[in-house]
Amino acid sequence: MSVRWNARALGQALTFAVIAAIMWWLARNTQLNLEQRGLSLGFEFLRHPANFEIGDTSGLQFSPEHSFGRAILIGLVNTARVAVVGCALSIVLGFVLGVLRLSDNAALRGVVRAAVELMRNTPILLLLLFLAATLHSMPSPKNAFQPLPGVFLSDRGLVLPFFDRPRLVGFNFVGGVALSPEFAALLGALVMHHAAHVSEIVRGAILGVARAQTDAALALGLSRGQALRFVVIPQALRAMTPLLATTCVSLTKNSSLAVAIGFPDVVSILNTTANQTGHSIETMLIMIAVYLSLSLLVAATMNRYNARLLRVGG
Amino acid sequence: MSATATAIPARGPRRVLGGTLANFRSATLTALAIVIAASVLVPFVRWALIDARWKGTAADCRTEGVGACWAFITHKLPFIMFGLYPAVERWRPALATVVMLSLVIATMLPICWRRWLIGAWIVGLAIALWLMGGGLSLTRVPTQEWGGFPITLMLTVIGLGGGLPLGILLALGRRSQLPLPRLTATAVVEVVRGVPLVAVLYLAVLVVPLALSTGVEVDKLLLAQAGVTVFAGAYLAEAVRGGLQMVPARRMDAARALGLTWWQSTRLVVLPEALRIVIPAFISIAVGFFQDTSLIVIIGLFDLLNTARLAAQDPAWLGFHTEAYVFVGLVYFAGSALVSRYGLWLERRMAVSTRRA
Repeated sequence: MSVRWNARALGQALTFAVIAAIMWWLARNTQLNLEQRGLSLGFEFLRHPANFEIGDTSGLQFSPEHSFGRAILIGLVNTARVAVVGCALSIVLGFVLGVLRLSDNAALRGVVRAAVELMRNTPILLLLLFLAATLHSMPSPKNAFQPLPGVFLSDRGLVLPFFDRPRLVGFNFVGGVALSPEFAALLGALVMHHAAHVSEIVRGAILGVARAQTDAALALGLSRGQALRFVVIPQALRAMTPLLATTCVSLTKNSSLAVAIGFPDVVSILNTTANQTGHSIETMLIMIAVYLSLSLLVAATMNRYNARLLRVGG
Repeated sequence: MSATATAIPARGPRRVLGGTLANFRSATLTALAIVIAASVLVPFVRWALIDARWKGTAADCRTEGVGACWAFITHKLPFIMFGLYPAVERWRPALATVVMLSLVIATMLPICWRRWLIGAWIVGLAIALWLMGGGLSLTRVPTQEWGGFPITLMLTVIGLGGGLPLGILLALGRRSQLPLPRLTATAVVEVVRGVPLVAVLYLAVLVVPLALSTGVEVDKLLLAQAGVTVFAGAYLAEAVRGGLQMVPARRMDAARALGLTWWQSTRLVVLPEALRIVIPAFISIAVGFFQDTSLIVIIGLFDLLNTARLAAQDPAWLGFHTEAYVFVGLVYFAGSALVSRYGLWLERRMAVSTRRA
């Protein structure tokens, strides 16, 4: 027994030595490569002036004299903005689609299913590039396309009639909530793709609630709508919460596709920073840290909600 | 209202007016669904088929009232399919695509699930890479000139083919009782799954070359392939781990009691059963991965999506991006939908054979 244990320990030690040697070799190469390029590791560059403009700053102050650190912070706010709005909209839209997919009306079910299948079988980046190209080829605000009253689509982006009605003043809209073409395209692609996922989750969770629950609710005199609202969905919610949390995390990660259409999310800005300063290792570390902590934060929040739901609803 | 209805549509007029309107409500919903479907399909069919222009130049397509300009796709098809690959040599990526597709089809047929399949993959991929890259009496074509559908296919099949063994190792490592493999595997899987694929790709092309020997130019496509393979490996690892958890512990105990070593028991008893359980999960990962390879657009490589995007940016053919994206969208849709359907078929088939067993 002890011989075997010793062999095991030796094996572990050997593996560790091999891994350590590889690590050392990689670190040494990195060091040599950095020396060759006249770079040194460190985060001081974050205080240097960025010397680039940011198109969409979420309303925060930014000019090229501001630091890289501030630019990254704005990227972070942009990512958070698209992630929070995208997550909320995907869940709402996905819920509606998921419930409609269970309708007893075959035609309605078919239409929703076709839409969901279309989203599930095409890459989200394709949808994003398509939406971005489409928004950019829209007419100018003067001839803006108006799909719904008060909603204007133009090459300047999307204007929604929230708070007050948007009006055309000069060459652009005043009032309402204006989304840049990039933000609108990113949000649109993320919401469509992830709402399809959410609808599958919702459908699965509702189907997972025992049929007898609905029958019992109907026998008690509840309408079908009431049965769904007061009996089935509260139970289904428990099954779907962890899955919805995963979807929100994956939406946040997919928001990094922003870099493909030039929306200044945290990845785009970190990439620009890496290109301008050559500090690719440091910027990558920041990128990994941001997403890992964001994933963990969202997961923890959702888990807490889930735990509360179990306590209250139990 | 039928008793088998699985769902409960939102509160409608039924609640107010009693059960008699069930049919009326149903009719309204049907009408609504038809109106929605028609409002999307009718303009689309008009655009894509009736008003479409199949032949001619960009100027012909720009005439008033012309719908889709498929002439653009016909004109750009070689570029969209094969990117910047030298025109006279295009038969090579075409043949490589055929080889890789045949391998995929063979892998999908349960009759071919034999040991020779692994050999066929190694030989087939070697032939495909030789066709693409040249050498041995074929002209060399550097990877910078590779592009289009073969790149999408290659990233997908090599990524999944390499990702599976990596995923198995990571899954075994994560379940190991030894701290070193457990910690390493857990860290790799959690970090890769915790960051977006974009970050993995940046890491592969920006940081990895720094850590390799000085002065050696590493091929970008190779780095991207390595990046997506690790990405696939991390996701496959979690699926495999799920499968391993579903294999009862007594299987391992029994194998060990027969005198098999840990490796033998794992390889011959536990893994085959675990992998069988997770085939449906593999297929959905594979479909997602096929679509995710399009993200290499971001590091400037020319897969199918990027060639389509670039084709639409040709100044001579500006304004036809919809046609380009609809076309590649169809390719992705066909591939994903077929493989998903296959997954459902396989799941049913396996359920039947398990019941018989």
